Amino acid sequence: MNNGPLSGVRVTEFTSAWAGPYATCLLGFLGAEVIKVESRKRLDHSRFTSFTTSTTFSGPDESPVFNNLNLNKLSVCLNLSQPKAVEIAKRLAGASDVVVENMRPGVIARLGLGYEAVKEVKADIIYLSSSACGQTGPDRENVGYAPNFAGAAGLSYVTGYPDWPPSELSGAVDLRSATTAAFAILVALLYRQRTGEGQYIDLSSQEAIAILNAGALMDFLMNQRVRTRAGNRHDTMAPHNCYRCRGQDTWISIAVADDQEWRALCGVIGRPELTQDERFSTAEARWKHQEAADQIVGEWTKDQSDYEAMHKLQAAGIAATPSLSNKALFEDPHLRERQVFLQVSHPVLGKDWVIAPPWRLSETPASVRSRSPLLGEHSQSVLEELLGMSREEIRRLEEEQVVY
Amino acid sequence: MGFKALAGVRVLEYGRGISAAYCSKLIADLGAEVIHLELPGRGDDTRRLPPFAGDAPHEEKSGLFLFLNTNKLGVTLNPRLPVGQEIFRRLVSTVDVVVEDWPPGHLEEMGLGYHDLRRLNPGLVMASISPFGRTGPYKDYKAHGLNISHVSGQGYMLPLPSPHLDRAPVKIGGNCTDYDSGQTTAVAILAALYSQHITGKGQLIEVSQQEAVLALQRVENVVFANGGEVLTRKGPEADHTITQMFLCKDGWVISVTVLDHQKQALAKLAESGEGPAQRSGEDSPEVWRERLAGWMSEHTTEEVCAKAQSLNCPMSPISSPEDVARSKQMNARGFFAEIQHPIAGKLNIPARLCHFSKTPFELERAAPLLGEHNEIIYRQRLGYGAKELRALKDTGVI
Repeated sequence: MNNGPLSGVRVTEFTSAWAGPYATCLLGFLGAEVIKVESRKRLDHSRFTSFTTSTTFSGPDESPVFNNLNLNKLSVCLNLSQPKAVEIAKRLAGASDVVVENMRPGVIARLGLGYEAVKEVKADIIYLSSSACGQTGPDRENVGYAPNFAGAAGLSYVTGYPDWPPSELSGAVDLRSATTAAFAILVALLYRQRTGEGQYIDLSSQEAIAILNAGALMDFLMNQRVRTRAGNRHDTMAPHNCYRCRGQDTWISIAVADDQEWRALCGVIGRPELTQDERFSTAEARWKHQEAADQIVGEWTKDQSDYEAMHKLQAAGIAATPSLSNKALFEDPHLRERQVFLQVSHPVLGKDWVIAPPWRLSETPASVRSRSPLLGEHSQSVLEELLGMSREEIRRLEEEQVVY
Repeated sequence: MGFKALAGVRVLEYGRGISAAYCSKLIADLGAEVIHLELPGRGDDTRRLPPFAGDAPHEEKSGLFLFLNTNKLGVTLNPRLPVGQEIFRRLVSTVDVVVEDWPPGHLEEMGLGYHDLRRLNPGLVMASISPFGRTGPYKDYKAHGLNISHVSGQGYMLPLPSPHLDRAPVKIGGNCTDYDSGQTTAVAILAALYSQHITGKGQLIEVSQQEAVLALQRVENVVFANGGEVLTRKGPEADHTITQMFLCKDGWVISVTVLDHQKQALAKLAESGEGPAQRSGEDSPEVWRERLAGWMSEHTTEEVCAKAQSLNCPMSPISSPEDVARSKQMNARGFFAEIQHPIAGKLNIPARLCHFSKTPFELERAAPLLGEHNEIIYRQRLGYGAKELRALKDTGVI
């Protein structure tokens, strides 16, 4: 038991990669017990390769990617190509409140672990399937990773420079889909808490991401306008851009919301006469002349360090922040003070940095209680304690490569 | 009409930005009652943001506002006035949840902070969203979506791949980072409600927008801490073959080939008869890619994706907003829903972010007009008389 708000909730997952595992990782942060069913027969690819750095790992327990996405979990190895393993997995699911899977649509049902099968052993189960395009519709069989559904969902198209191709969007898009999945599971948990009923949730990552581009979609639906990439620009605010600072690849983002902030900006950059300049006298005028305004602001920022510029501008009430690399984030004093980077001890990785849960709850704190599990680390303890199997039986199943 | 998942949950939303509005929208769309407070006469800033129906700026026609406020009740209230504060407190004692995204200290100054409100309502779950959280050296700093995108590690990595590092990094498109913090907050609110149902105890949830977005990029963001490598928007230079974009006759497609069988599928696509010949031993990856790209440039994105997917190769179009609106897949699944708005007219709205078997998303009510539900809430819920209401209106309280 722990202090999280979902303490007492048990989740069994049949997920791999990023979107499925992070959905349950969020529930784990909030106190749920998460049992990851995996197998060395079909290894979760985040255990052997990193998309972000194109590195591969020589063993399944060497991946910092896996570690960061599977904190607080238990790992049970079951080789689901064997009927006996499916039976055991079904008993695990039956002892859970929530089941999550992110295989290609249809696969888990063919394995005998679909919603209907699990419902037979646990009538009020909450069961979420996460896939690229959803369980129904003409494209349901399509496979895809984060860059695929970010593209199909329309988010890539609106990210980037107006005069350059769309931007790829990578792993963070998976984690957005995962956040939607965690939200949906919680909705179902609240419903079950009130009515006693479970249900099935079909989550399409493509849809979960498309809704994050609602503004551009509304523009097309209402006005048939196809919005494209706008760099750092805003619909009404100006200046609203990212400007070069002193140093290599160093930038500051600045957004001016109203006349008062514009006057303050003119003061900070030592150009008080601009407050009299008609080109910038109203929000509309500034927006129309934003290229001129950008040039003036950029003249000032290029001699500042990003942090100096932020502190000066913020002191004058202007929204300004550096564009931070992973290095800069790690060294940032604010994030240090808020302990956003946490170190966990891992038997293979040693001291490994991970990111803290994204909320502070005053009474039932979210927490990182343990590192990610080694492959099959909890096979024996979970099968013994939860399903009452004997050591002898488990050993036999290991020999038969059922527990594998 | 389906059953409502969150029926009976009552939420008070007092926000200034998109984050709180999106957070409570998610909850409203699943059946909770959300009372959205707006300042009298002025309303939310999003009412003045495009796109506008028919391109005509109008406070009831902003597509952004209309999207963010479906299924909500709208009331006006000025909590800067003492009478407004009194009404705010009375409203708080009738709800389970308060969501706000004002700068830290704003509500406390008016005597409406969590510690004041929980005295009125001990089971209250309150969520406070701010750019940098409520502690730390930047706690009072301002940030809009642009700034959050850049201060979270997200902007620095975009666009990907970037043509030249001497061009400024860009924010992620649209209002994505605001939605991110709204959605992240909604997760914690529901978890807190789950626990509140068991223990009767409420709590304060604090969300930093910077951390909400930074956590989504958690894998990339720890790479320096763990191995000393600075990732940039140039992408992993060593290996471009995992993710590749290709220009087809009518737009872009993107392939991701991680596993061996997927790489082989991409190769098969190249040799599939219509495509260029199989990559021979002496072809460099560049030559091979060029030939594949040449084949794609003569076909549509739909043709290329259909062929690739039939070979189990993860390939998708880079869809424009129009492509998404016309998507056969998303329309077959009822992603968009139609709603009638008294001033903006008939609208199609992206409405379903997933499918629940028992408690579907329902678009029951269009976004409220400014102050549309003042009567219902103030008269029926709080018991103010007609005369009192008029006085409150005349004095600018509502």
